Amino acid sequence: MAASTETTAEQPTGKGKGKGAPEPLGRHAGAAEGGSDAFLSVRDLRVHFSTDDGVVKAVDGLSFDVEKGRTLGIVGESGSGKSVSSLTILGLHNREKTKIEGEIRFDGNELVKMPERKLRDLRGRRISMIFQDPLTALSPFYTVGEQIAESYRRHMGANRHDAHARAIEMLDRVGIPNPKTRVNDYPHHFSGGMRQRAMIAMSLVCDPDLLIADEPTTALDVTVQAQILDLLRDLQDEFGTAILFITHDLGVIASMAHDVLVMYAGRSVEKGTVREVLKNPRHPYTWGLLSSMPNLSGDVDIPLRPVRGTPPSLLAPPSGCPFHPRCDYVDVVGGDSCSTERPALTLAEGRGAACHLTAEDKQRIFIDDVRPLLG
Amino acid sequence: MTETISESPAPAPDPAPQAPGEPLLDVRGLVKYFPVKGGGLVRRKMLNVRAVDGIDLSVAPGESVGLVGESGCGKSTTGRLISRLLEPTGGSIRYDGTDITHATRKQIAPIRSQIQMIFQDPYSSLNPRQTVGAIVSSPMEVNGIDPEGGRKKRVQELLERVGLNPEHYNRFPHEFSGGQRQRIGIARALALQPRLIVADEPVSALDVSIQAQVVNLLQGLQRDMGIAFVFIAHDLAVVRHFSQRVAVMYLGKIVEIADRTSLYSNPHHPYTHTLLAAVPEADPDKSANRTRVHAFGDMPSPINPPSGCRFRTRCPKAQDVCANEEPPLIGIETLLEGHRVACHFPGPLEATAKAEETMPEERIEAALEAGISSDPE
Repeated sequence: MAASTETTAEQPTGKGKGKGAPEPLGRHAGAAEGGSDAFLSVRDLRVHFSTDDGVVKAVDGLSFDVEKGRTLGIVGESGSGKSVSSLTILGLHNREKTKIEGEIRFDGNELVKMPERKLRDLRGRRISMIFQDPLTALSPFYTVGEQIAESYRRHMGANRHDAHARAIEMLDRVGIPNPKTRVNDYPHHFSGGMRQRAMIAMSLVCDPDLLIADEPTTALDVTVQAQILDLLRDLQDEFGTAILFITHDLGVIASMAHDVLVMYAGRSVEKGTVREVLKNPRHPYTWGLLSSMPNLSGDVDIPLRPVRGTPPSLLAPPSGCPFHPRCDYVDVVGGDSCSTERPALTLAEGRGAACHLTAEDKQRIFIDDVRPLLG
Repeated sequence: MTETISESPAPAPDPAPQAPGEPLLDVRGLVKYFPVKGGGLVRRKMLNVRAVDGIDLSVAPGESVGLVGESGCGKSTTGRLISRLLEPTGGSIRYDGTDITHATRKQIAPIRSQIQMIFQDPYSSLNPRQTVGAIVSSPMEVNGIDPEGGRKKRVQELLERVGLNPEHYNRFPHEFSGGQRQRIGIARALALQPRLIVADEPVSALDVSIQAQVVNLLQGLQRDMGIAFVFIAHDLAVVRHFSQRVAVMYLGKIVEIADRTSLYSNPHHPYTHTLLAAVPEADPDKSANRTRVHAFGDMPSPINPPSGCRFRTRCPKAQDVCANEEPPLIGIETLLEGHRVACHFPGPLEATAKAEETMPEERIEAALEAGISSDPE
C-alpha cells in the first residue's frame, strides 16, 4: 500500500529529541507518537464537568498529535467529546466547573496550566478556530472587515489603515469577489457560504500555525461545503498550517484529513491514516459507523446496518470497554473482558484500535461481515 | 435504555418508474409565493419569494418519491403544500382522485388522516408537556377515532411497532434520546393508518448510527403497510437508499426526475452533476477518482430568480438560449422512460466537466457575485 509510507514520517527519525518524551501512564507503549515533529501533542487528556447530576466525563484519557502541514480528523457522534477537547486546547472552558488533567503541549508550551493572559496571546495569533455556525460566531454589529482586522491589530500591533488593507487581502484570498467593497459589509449581507469564508479569513489573518475547525461545514449545503473544503486544503498547501478537523461526517474526513482519530464516549477507539481507518477499519464502532452510512453507488437492496442501541451516558459510562453494550462481537472475545477491562489503544506506527478482539478476528470479521456492506 | 430493533428490512421491490394506474398523489403546476416587503423606504413594493414555481409530481400508492436539493430550493415548502399545511398560490393537488388544492378545513378533514407528516426536529415537534401516550393518541382524539380495544392499546401497539417500549406510555419526551423521539413522531404519524407520509428531513438531525435505525424503520413501514412516501432530504445518499424515484429541485423547480438507478448512475442535468460531485464519500478511493464538477458561488435569490433556466448563472454549459428560454422538463431518447431533464444541453457528467474546463473567468466571477448576498435588498 503506497499510502502507508506516509505513516513512517511519524516515526522518530533519528532526531532523538522526541523519543525521550515520557509516555504518560505507559498506555502508549511502543507508540510512534511523541516524535519531534509533533507540533501539538495531547497526552491523556481528561475533561470532567461537575453538574447537578454528577460528574460528566466528557473526555476521558485522550492522546493525539497534530503535525505541521497535516490534518488530523477527529470523528465521532454527538457527545463523544470531540468538541470539548478542541475547546480545551484553546482554554475556552469554564474554569470553575471543569476539571482538566493531562497535558496539551503546543510547540513546546504547556497549555493546560497556562495563565489566561498568556493564552490570549496564542489565541487567534498562533492557534485559531473556525466554528460551525458563522452567523453566531460573527458579531452582527461590526463590519466583516472590522472583525477580521481586530485580531490583526491586537496581535500584530498594526494600525487601522494597515489592518484594513490586510482584511481586504484576506477576503480576496478566501475567494470573496470585490473584496474592497465587501470589506465594509455586515455579516447579514453575506450568504452562509460567504460568511464561512469570512470566518476563515478572520481565523487566518495572523497566519496561525494551528487551525482548529469544529464542524466548519456542517451548517452548509453540499456544494458550498465542497467549496470550503477545497479552500481549506489550498490554504494548508500554501501555508503549511496544521489542522485539527472535527466532524461527524466520515465523507468529509475522507476528503480532508491525513490522519483520523475515532472517538467514542470521550475516548479514542481507533487511530491511523485516513486510508487505514476507512479502508481497513479495526474497531467494531468504526465498522458500525461505516455500515450505517448509505452511499451513492452501492447496492440499494442491501439494508443499512445501524449500530444498535443508543450512545452511553457520560455520567455513568459503561464499565470496561465503553462500546461493549452496543457491540456485536463481545461473544467472539469471550469471557468477561469486554465488560470489565478497558481496552488500551496500543499504537504501532500510529495505527491501532482499542478493542479486545485479536488481530486475526478483526481482519476476519471485517472481510466477512463488514466489507460486503460497504459497496 | 435499549432500543429494540425489530425492523430488518428486506429489499423493497422497485416499482416501475411511472407506476401504471391512478396515482395516489398528483401535483400539477404547483406554485407557492410568499409576499415580502421590497426595498425603498417610502414606496415599498411587494415582492414575492418564489419558493415553489410550477412543479409536477406524482406518487403511486406505496411508492417512495425523494425530493432533494439545497436549502432554499423549495423542497420543504412542496412537502407542506402537499400535506396542505400551506395554501398553494397556483396549480393543483389531487389526492386519490379528489382535488384538494383549495379544500377548506372541513372539506379536507376526512383526507387529512390519510396524509401525515414526519418532521425534522424531534425536539420541537413534540409537546414537552404531554406524555408519549397523549402525543401518539392525539390524532385519534382529534378525528374522534376509537379503535378496537381502546386508544391506549392502540398506542402501545404503535410504540412497539416503532421499536419503543410500550410501557413508556406515561413518559415525557425529555426522557428520550433524539432517535427515540423521532420514533415517537413516527408512531404519531402512523396512528391514523395513513396512505401517504410526507417526511421532511426525518433523519437529518440524528447521528449516523441512529439515522440508519430510523431509515430501516421507515423502510420496514413502507414495505409492510404499503405507505407511500414523499421523502424530503438534502442528503443524496439517504434519498437514494430510501426512494424508488428521485426529483432534484433547484430554486423552486424540478430540474431532473428519474428512477433512482437512472438518476444516480446517469444524471443528465448539470446541477445534478454538481450536486452529486459535491457529496463527500467515505471511501478514499472513490472520493479521489471522481470527476469533479464545481459549483460556483451560491444559489441566487428566489425573489428575483435568473431568467430562462434558473441554473444558468452557475452552469458551465450555459449559452445565450439559456437566458432567454426556460427549458421544459422532458424525456430524452437515450434515457430510460420516466427520466426527465429540464436543460437545453442535457448530457452525461463528462460533458459538464469538460465544459467547466473552458468556462471563462468572467462567468465564474459573475456566478460568485450573483450568489454572494443572502439579502435581497
